[in-house]
Amino acid sequence: MSDIIDILLSANFWAAALRIATPLIFGVIGALICERAGVLNLGIEGIFTAGAMAGWMAVWLGAGLWGGVLVAALAGGFFGLIHAILTVPLGLSQHVSGIGVTLFATSLSYFIYRTALPDVSSPPRIEAFKPLDIPGLSDLPFIGPALFQQTPLTFFALALVIGTAYVLYRTPLGLAIQAVGDNPSAVESQGLSVYGLRIGAVVGGSAIMALGGAFLTMSAFDAFFFGMVNGRGWICIALTVFASWRPGKALIGALLFGAFDAFQVRLQTEVGSFVPGQVFLMMPYLLSIAALVVVARRADYPRALLVPYFRGQR
Amino acid sequence: MTEPTRDTALVLKLEGITKRFGALTANDGITLDLRKGEILALLGENGAGKTTLMNILFGHYVADEGRVMVSDGAKGVRELEPGSPHAALEAGIGMVHQHFTLAENLSALDNILLGTERLASVRSARAPARQKLQDLMKRSGLTVNLDMRVSQLSVGEKQRVEILKALYRDARVLVLDEPTAVLTPQESDTLFAILKKLSAEGLGIIFISHKLAEVIASSHRVAVLRGGAKVADLATADCDRRQLAELMVGHAISETAREPGTPGATLFSLNTVSAGSGRDALRDVTLDLKSGEILGIAGVSGNGQTMLARVISGLEPLKAGEMQLDGKALAASDARSMIDMGFARIPEDRHHDGIVGAMSVSENLAIEAIRKPENQRFGLLRFADMASRAKEMIKAYDIRCQSEDSPARLLSGGNIQKIVLARTLETEPRVVLAAQPSRGLDVGATSEVHRRLLDARARGAGVILISEDLDELMRLSDRIAVIHRGELSSADPAETLDRGTLGLRMAGHSTEDAA
Repeated sequence: MSDIIDILLSANFWAAALRIATPLIFGVIGALICERAGVLNLGIEGIFTAGAMAGWMAVWLGAGLWGGVLVAALAGGFFGLIHAILTVPLGLSQHVSGIGVTLFATSLSYFIYRTALPDVSSPPRIEAFKPLDIPGLSDLPFIGPALFQQTPLTFFALALVIGTAYVLYRTPLGLAIQAVGDNPSAVESQGLSVYGLRIGAVVGGSAIMALGGAFLTMSAFDAFFFGMVNGRGWICIALTVFASWRPGKALIGALLFGAFDAFQVRLQTEVGSFVPGQVFLMMPYLLSIAALVVVARRADYPRALLVPYFRGQR
Repeated sequence: MTEPTRDTALVLKLEGITKRFGALTANDGITLDLRKGEILALLGENGAGKTTLMNILFGHYVADEGRVMVSDGAKGVRELEPGSPHAALEAGIGMVHQHFTLAENLSALDNILLGTERLASVRSARAPARQKLQDLMKRSGLTVNLDMRVSQLSVGEKQRVEILKALYRDARVLVLDEPTAVLTPQESDTLFAILKKLSAEGLGIIFISHKLAEVIASSHRVAVLRGGAKVADLATADCDRRQLAELMVGHAISETAREPGTPGATLFSLNTVSAGSGRDALRDVTLDLKSGEILGIAGVSGNGQTMLARVISGLEPLKAGEMQLDGKALAASDARSMIDMGFARIPEDRHHDGIVGAMSVSENLAIEAIRKPENQRFGLLRFADMASRAKEMIKAYDIRCQSEDSPARLLSGGNIQKIVLARTLETEPRVVLAAQPSRGLDVGATSEVHRRLLDARARGAGVILISEDLDELMRLSDRIAVIHRGELSSADPAETLDRGTLGLRMAGHSTEDAA
């Protein structure tokens, strides 16, 4: 028992939780924007991979770190555009298109990586983002190492949560995105373009998802590996439901998952001698399923989610 | 009503509008004009092309021929860009669709604001909008709680939000598609009072309707559409009900009348039945149906009628209470048992629940009796026998189809309903449940439905008729009960009731003192 309290009291644990949560924050916010507009984006897993690869490769080829972030966002936006064209004007199944985008984006990323680096055995490294030293805050006892020794992308993710909430609830664009995910004919009868809004939301949301991937290769690690996304995209889809499509709750969900994950790693070293390691690896996923069961039964789904819109049909 | 003077400025003109969907000509060279401050009724049966015409006006469809001209005072008369709701809104045309176009997850205020601001603005300017709306509400009498989420508003309130949406954009023309379809008679009266007030202030109003009474009471001018063409354009003061009805239908009409009947003993009853949850739930419903009578169930849509029909159809488990047939509680109330006990079910959504669209007419006719020996032997279907029986029923019920092998979905709504009638009534059922049986049907098909229900009654069956059409209920029912928020009133003889009383009960005034 005291082991558990020790873990929870270490600044290092909270720092890890926030670090693990960062790519998930990008992913959930991106997925939430797509789904608020009525489009499920199962391309997320592939878009993470594409963002991770594109951002890393841009830096490896000589771009600045923020240049790499921009390239990752563009790559995400590109795959988002494919998904948007297939599902919005063409009205194809969002599930099928999303899985297709995931397979395509993942394979294309691996292909480009292998083509550029045919013979390397150990992945080349880049100079990744360093933890930001914020004068005053970073030096505070406990709080400083726990919260304020993160890389710039983590702070960017937190700012993005606030920005998304503001846009969604306070601006005409946000109202239109909420409306198009609930009743597209409301949007059309008020003279706005359903397709424009949906395509825009999917492309924008996908660009944000890709930043989650970029965080992996440019902050958490400094290289690109196969299989490094490892299901994080799927977790974000579940967290979106958990968050009831709200940015604030999305942040909480991502932090909870990050905390579980950080906790299981530490618990493993404490009691790993008599419990198999796989049990710990399973824990965050198990808890997210449990949380989903509790929350999702009452979830307030966007009413037009998964429903394609065709003009002149009702 | 007094008519606006002839020289009042023209605000809108449709010139030779033609629209075809495949082989069907939905609008055939229709010309129509509207003046400032005028209320124009667009009268016609279902499928006459009214909604199509208004959707062209509002830019949801593009006409194959013809054009829409708008006049906005200073800029003079100009052609409206086709196929653009945005252009229609800019030109001061507001439309209230029959199926509301509201985002339920936003507040009333946000729905009204939607699309009125530049999307790139950094902040939604709610405060000045609220001010303008409060003035509008005061002037027009359309009061709504602006901060309430639309999902929590009643149907009447949602309609007011829709009208406010148009007024907020300073509409000079307001189009309403079947505005009273979802309202109680009292709510309809209020609506028309508001529309008259708005028209007196200069708003041009077009409302679509197939109800003669409200057209005569509330319009200055009436344009009648039939089969996609305009057949008349008259000052309302110059015409009467009979003349309009004949123009609408195209021939003299005979209405099916009910002969006084002799109801027998109680056949089927519900005792304090509760079922379902949420808005459409049933609460402690008690009902008794005698043989040889038609029991009408009136109510505004969404008050539990659908749940009542599902319960009697055997599609919904009871939460409390019981159903009795011949004074004995039903042992089982799943769909199959109900059919076996002699219940005929005419579902509300005939396309969805009444037929299997991809299957043939013949299969759809046999589908409820598929286990009976005449349809199967050793588990194998007897297609030849099914087809020959289908041919007889197609003849007897005048089902218009290419053959008994055509897929049922290719048939018109009226003919689909005839399939349902043939299938359910041919077995001489004891209890007939008819949910909205004439909804969306033309006059001919409607009178056929009514005749069949009266035949079943004459044969001694008990008929439960759920309808939102008070005229239909008054004409066919021996007794009428009213359903409101899932509670059913006691049934009173139809002769002792009038539209006013029923309207009050439909609004919930007899069971509780809700304002």
